[in-house]
Amino acid sequence: MFKDIEHLIRLAVVIVVLLAIFVVLRAAVVPKSFGQYGHYRGAAIAEAAARPIAFAGHDVCEGCHTDVVEQKKQGKHVVVACEACHGALAKHADDPTSVTPPKLDTAVVCARCHEANSAKPKGFPQVVTADHSGGIACDTCHQPHKPKIEEQKAEVKPTGKSRTEGKN
Amino acid sequence: MDITRRRMLVLLPAAAVAWKYVQAGTPELSPNYKLSEHWWSMLIDIPKCIGCGSCVRACAEENDVPDGYFRTWIERYHVADWKIERPEVESPNGGKQGFPPNEISGGKNFFVPKLCNHCADSPCTQVCPVGATFVTPDGVVLVDKNYCLGCRYCVQACPYGCRFINPKTNTAEKCTLCYHRITKGLTTACCEVCPTGARQLADLKNPEDPIHEFLRTHNVQVLKPHMATGAKVFYNGMDGSVR
Repeated sequence: MFKDIEHLIRLAVVIVVLLAIFVVLRAAVVPKSFGQYGHYRGAAIAEAAARPIAFAGHDVCEGCHTDVVEQKKQGKHVVVACEACHGALAKHADDPTSVTPPKLDTAVVCARCHEANSAKPKGFPQVVTADHSGGIACDTCHQPHKPKIEEQKAEVKPTGKSRTEGKN
Repeated sequence: MDITRRRMLVLLPAAAVAWKYVQAGTPELSPNYKLSEHWWSMLIDIPKCIGCGSCVRACAEENDVPDGYFRTWIERYHVADWKIERPEVESPNGGKQGFPPNEISGGKNFFVPKLCNHCADSPCTQVCPVGATFVTPDGVVLVDKNYCLGCRYCVQACPYGCRFINPKTNTAEKCTLCYHRITKGLTTACCEVCPTGARQLADLKNPEDPIHEFLRTHNVQVLKPHMATGAKVFYNGMDGSVR
């Protein structure tokens, strides 16, 4: 019937071979987890989750530093997590003896939050540090974990108006 | 570089090894974590933000964000009394070192922390030509950096300007909502260090999460609701001038 069928067979063979190459290449190249959850590599989710952490979280800190927890409970800084001031310390939590956190300079650390700025919420305690302390370290008078100065101990209290001063 | 036969012979096995690595992936998610049981979001309480920059610094440290690029940043708004439609917005170095005292006085001044809104119907994931960025089943928008071409479509598509190209890897990068932390039961680095609780991680699928009570009792907004992106970063006390 088809006297020139040979060239059609040749064409079919070429198409089948190309298809086979496509299927094999696709299987080799597309990652196994692609399409597991959607049009992306499913394994990428676990990869993102596998990254090591830098901040340990205050629950870990409080496991050992119970004295500081008690101190913080008596003041307003109870809501401030340890690493907000002390920095990322997951390495210290993993190995507390050989990795020790650096000592903080309160003149810098306290001012980050408490330096007066008209965009800060009005009820937030803020001071113009230059007027308030003249640049001396805040922990000269304030205990950072329990910042309110108690009256009977306040011999070197500079102005005593830290909560109202410098608000715009 | 010309592709000679000799170079090709070197390149091909190298490419094969690279693909093996991409295919193999890394360990499974932690066994107690079920993707289907979470739907992550964040709550930002603008009246609580003091612009200290702790979140920006913590994010950079936790996620190795290169200098001058930001996965989260803080903007300071100044809205003068007579031109509410033209607020003055500044963000010196993303607010990483805090903000200098405001020189302009009067009007309304406040801080707005920004980050990826982890949109449920995200424009950035829709434009990716290779499926390198996606919304996970637990509602976090991630980038697969082994798959990303660095074509920048997603950077342009994000209405909130939350994406950038990492100059070292030349791939798209963005806030992961600290996916490596939240899947381990921790909160994000920015929420961990926020001293006033202005940022809070929230799981909308967890009935115990305080977010539900908060959403019931407060008037919250998302950024650019008219874009219909399904943004999941909720802002409480947001002024109409915020863009």
